[in-house]
Amino acid sequence: MTPLFELRDVCFDYEGIPALRGLSLQINRSERLALLGANGSGKSTLLRMLDGLCSPSQGSLHFEARQLTAELLQRDDFALPFRRRVALVFQNPDVQLFNPTVFDEVAFAPLQLGWSREQVLSRVEQTLEYMRLTGVRDRPPYRLSGGEKKRVALASVLVLDPEVLLLDEPTATLDPRSQSQIIDLIQEWKGSSKTVISATHQLEIVEDIADRVILLEEGKVAAMGAPAEILSNNELLLRANLVHAHRHSHNGVVHSHPHIHSHSKHEH
Amino acid sequence: MSRSFLESTTVGFGRAFTRAMLSETTAQQRGLLQSLDPRVRVVGLFALVLAVELSRKIAVVAALLVVAVVMAVASRVSIFTLAKRVWLIALGFTGVIALPAIFVTPGRPIAALGTVAITEQGLRTAALLVLRVETAVTFTTLLVLCTPWSHVLKALRALRLPKEAIVMLAMTYRYVFLLVETASQMFESRRSRTVGVLKPQGQRRMAARTAGVLLSKSFALSDNVYLAMQSRGFRGDVQVLSDWRLTMWDFIALFGFLLAGSFAVWMGR
Repeated sequence: MTPLFELRDVCFDYEGIPALRGLSLQINRSERLALLGANGSGKSTLLRMLDGLCSPSQGSLHFEARQLTAELLQRDDFALPFRRRVALVFQNPDVQLFNPTVFDEVAFAPLQLGWSREQVLSRVEQTLEYMRLTGVRDRPPYRLSGGEKKRVALASVLVLDPEVLLLDEPTATLDPRSQSQIIDLIQEWKGSSKTVISATHQLEIVEDIADRVILLEEGKVAAMGAPAEILSNNELLLRANLVHAHRHSHNGVVHSHPHIHSHSKHEH
Repeated sequence: MSRSFLESTTVGFGRAFTRAMLSETTAQQRGLLQSLDPRVRVVGLFALVLAVELSRKIAVVAALLVVAVVMAVASRVSIFTLAKRVWLIALGFTGVIALPAIFVTPGRPIAALGTVAITEQGLRTAALLVLRVETAVTFTTLLVLCTPWSHVLKALRALRLPKEAIVMLAMTYRYVFLLVETASQMFESRRSRTVGVLKPQGQRRMAARTAGVLLSKSFALSDNVYLAMQSRGFRGDVQVLSDWRLTMWDFIALFGFLLAGSFAVWMGR
């Protein structure tokens, strides 16, 4: 089966500072994938590249076996369906929420893609209801709480019912309740036709949001596999700066071991 | 540590924007102006501002100010707020400009201040200038207080203002909040790490650095916002949705605004 995305030896740098270095990987349809890595490991850059917002400086990126280039994304016959099918939620919701009201924000994408007025109105109402945002529909996004902003950012792309969702740190900086709301949403899509690719460095949510993990380290793939397999490899996580060595003493003997700050592990 | 001029200004901007946000609560209330279609509000109040500027008689401009006050009361706008935030400030700014007119305008002297005479024509000119500014600013403030900013923008779009200009206005309003907040946080962070009082030279250097960092941050932010727009299908031509319907009441109000404006211009010619 043709992979949905395929990266072949992809490199990318920001004015000489490398972000991706010879990255090769495949992403299949309908999979829930977590891109795991410390800050600066290239997760956000990779998501932007998958969304066609930047192109590899070396190597190639393929979407459904077609090379994704800046020229191709200039063509309406490709760009409009691509934007409809692939959607990115940015890490910082303030970047994504630029419209005067929540309603306008959610209506922005369908309007740009040329949907009819009736279709826009109907889909926006449905999405606001689905995301429990009806009560804030006329409020400016800057007056919302962090959790609400994140939900609006999600709503602003879910309105298109995209096949591929690219989520950059979907739960970062959110309070526990808002975090669990977002995780619940991602879990709802399990078994659906949606491909959900989430970039995160929060180990405690990985098993909830992904069935496969790609661990990035300094712009390269350090490991890939099932969440349990990756999360149990302490040495790997320590090397990738995702856990730290916790030093303490027992009866005067100092020793250290990998340490994760997790709030989701509990017993029933 | 005391706040520098730049920091105080930033904090002042922050307060002003907070007030701007609070003003949206007035826009949500039920009142005369709030009951009208935003396009009617924009056109009607603009017509009255134009009438104020074209009227040459103090009595006519004063009558228009009375109309503005009645409109404010009917729209549940606090007169105290208007007096404090609009009339006093406008009086301060315009008074400085109008004051010399009292002495330099030739005409019939009615009083003397030492060797300088105050003329009747000078007083009239100054009064007309101050009244015009007060009245025009009151109408404009009523529009802003009684209409959410998003509706003002949509109304301007409906009135065929270029889409690009509307998007620029919307984004400026949206991101100026974020940048002012960032600037305030940068000043706070700097203060928390500064012991004692900085010399003026040091303060200037610090202010210049802060401005530089803020500029870089705003560039990075604008790049990211553009990418976020592209990601959702923006291709250089913004599409907006307008779902307003004019009612009979809107037509009556529009007719009233235009009639009042025309009558004021005719009476004040």
